[in-house]
Amino acid sequence: MSLHDDFAEALLAPDLACPDGLFSSNGADPASRFVVYRNNVHSSLINALATAYPVTLQLVGEKFFRAMAGLFVQVCPPTNPLISEYGSAFAAFIQDFEPATSVPYLADVARLERLRVRAYHAADTPPMDQQTVLQALQGQTDLGTLRLQLHPSLATLTSAYAVVSIWAAHQAEGGLATLNPWHAQGALVMRRGLEVQVLAIDHGSVTFIDSLAQGTPLEKAVEQTLETSAEFDLHQCLTLLINHSAITHLHPEQKVSP
Amino acid sequence: MTLSSLQAVSQAQAPGLPRRAGLGLKHEHFMDVLETLPDIGFFEVHAENYMVAGGPFHHYLGLIREQYPLSLHGVGLSIGGDGPLDRAHLARLGALIERYQPHSFSEHLAWSSHGPVFLNDLLPLAYDSATLQRVCEHVDQVQSTLKRPMLLENPSTYLQFQRSTQDETDFISEIIRRTGCGLLLDVNNVYVSCINHQRDPLAYIDALPLHAVGEIHLAGFAEDTDSLGDRLLIDDHGAPIDNAVWQLYEKVLAQVGSVATLIERDNQVPAFGVLLAEAQRADWHLSQVNP
Repeated sequence: MSLHDDFAEALLAPDLACPDGLFSSNGADPASRFVVYRNNVHSSLINALATAYPVTLQLVGEKFFRAMAGLFVQVCPPTNPLISEYGSAFAAFIQDFEPATSVPYLADVARLERLRVRAYHAADTPPMDQQTVLQALQGQTDLGTLRLQLHPSLATLTSAYAVVSIWAAHQAEGGLATLNPWHAQGALVMRRGLEVQVLAIDHGSVTFIDSLAQGTPLEKAVEQTLETSAEFDLHQCLTLLINHSAITHLHPEQKVSP
Repeated sequence: MTLSSLQAVSQAQAPGLPRRAGLGLKHEHFMDVLETLPDIGFFEVHAENYMVAGGPFHHYLGLIREQYPLSLHGVGLSIGGDGPLDRAHLARLGALIERYQPHSFSEHLAWSSHGPVFLNDLLPLAYDSATLQRVCEHVDQVQSTLKRPMLLENPSTYLQFQRSTQDETDFISEIIRRTGCGLLLDVNNVYVSCINHQRDPLAYIDALPLHAVGEIHLAGFAEDTDSLGDRLLIDDHGAPIDNAVWQLYEKVLAQVGSVATLIERDNQVPAFGVLLAEAQRADWHLSQVNP
């Protein structure tokens, strides 16, 4: 093992002894100084998670969150220096984290918060002007073959819990009073300008938007959505996307030349 | 010495940052800066925070860059790592430099990545000839890839390696001599390390190649004790600059003349005005040496 192998291993595992080959010039036990490095590594990463997952933290309290995040850091340390990306496996970790099962929606709230961070830092692709989209849709002779390109910040989430209501209730004082978390809810997350928005959407809209995001033409996306959500309201969903400036391009079907 | 390192020397001696006080730019203060346009010499950002595709960070940094000189300070390149430098990370640095045209790029004498893991701290090095060779190769690679000289920051450390065969100051001097990089003299790091390792801070500074100083950092530390109950200072950037560090700074300025000086605060970030006051204090010291 190299010097850095030993050092890195002992940093991540709190139970390991301080590595050999270290000393303090005053003769102090090197372990009493090695803890500074170990603490820096753990606390800086736990702090990064606490910043990225504020509602997840509020749901379980600071002490529980930091203990849970500390275990996650040991299992899943960062694999690159881009700390804004750190924690993409945190929701899956929470899902399987036995002590958190009493808060069954915790992992979905963490998923939602991850989407918010991604949306915040997503590329700045300008949206199409709302009037332009409407005119293009109205003037299109072959609407069904049209593909809609959505903003790079946009993502959806399906939850068995009222994940958006739970998240929103923690954005303002007293928001918890009327909260009922025990019903399924879909979430749409996107950045409009500089502001990340979180909207509750129905299951059909999640299916439709996911389908569009995969490049499925309009008519096929509607068909796919109606297979699982008979009540899907196309007009309402398109209006939502247009009103929130979520569409960046309209691609007519590419006609193949003979 | 290669041609590129010679060019690096000549540029490091004419550093691009103004000889004024600057502030570390925190996202909490984007609006304070843009609304008040304070009289600040420059802003410094951590490069890694801006390695994102878009959104508010780029929006605000772009606007602030139009008004102020910029220093790009890396915290994740792991120049002291025992593996090769991360080329993807170097490419991301190159893209930021292209986009924001900073007046200075700096990184640390430390390691932070090991194998597939990024440890998010600036970790200490054993000062021996093998490490020296590797660090010099990495600094050369950074300067040739980014096509500009870099400043290397002296570390704050809590431990020493039995394997070390050189003093930290000799080690740093030799890197600067071989690669032509400049020195980012972190006066708080000097103070923290010297207290922790029972060294005289003035003697430490005297042993450095002060002609190569392109920027100074000032920050606050936290205080703990080790197993003997001795003072153990921790470079946490979470407190106002200590009076002992201000005094050391004054003595440094008397030796090196006025140099771009950054006030760093990364934890327990106070209101913008509190940092501005520290920058004004540094500016006052700068005005005393170079009226």
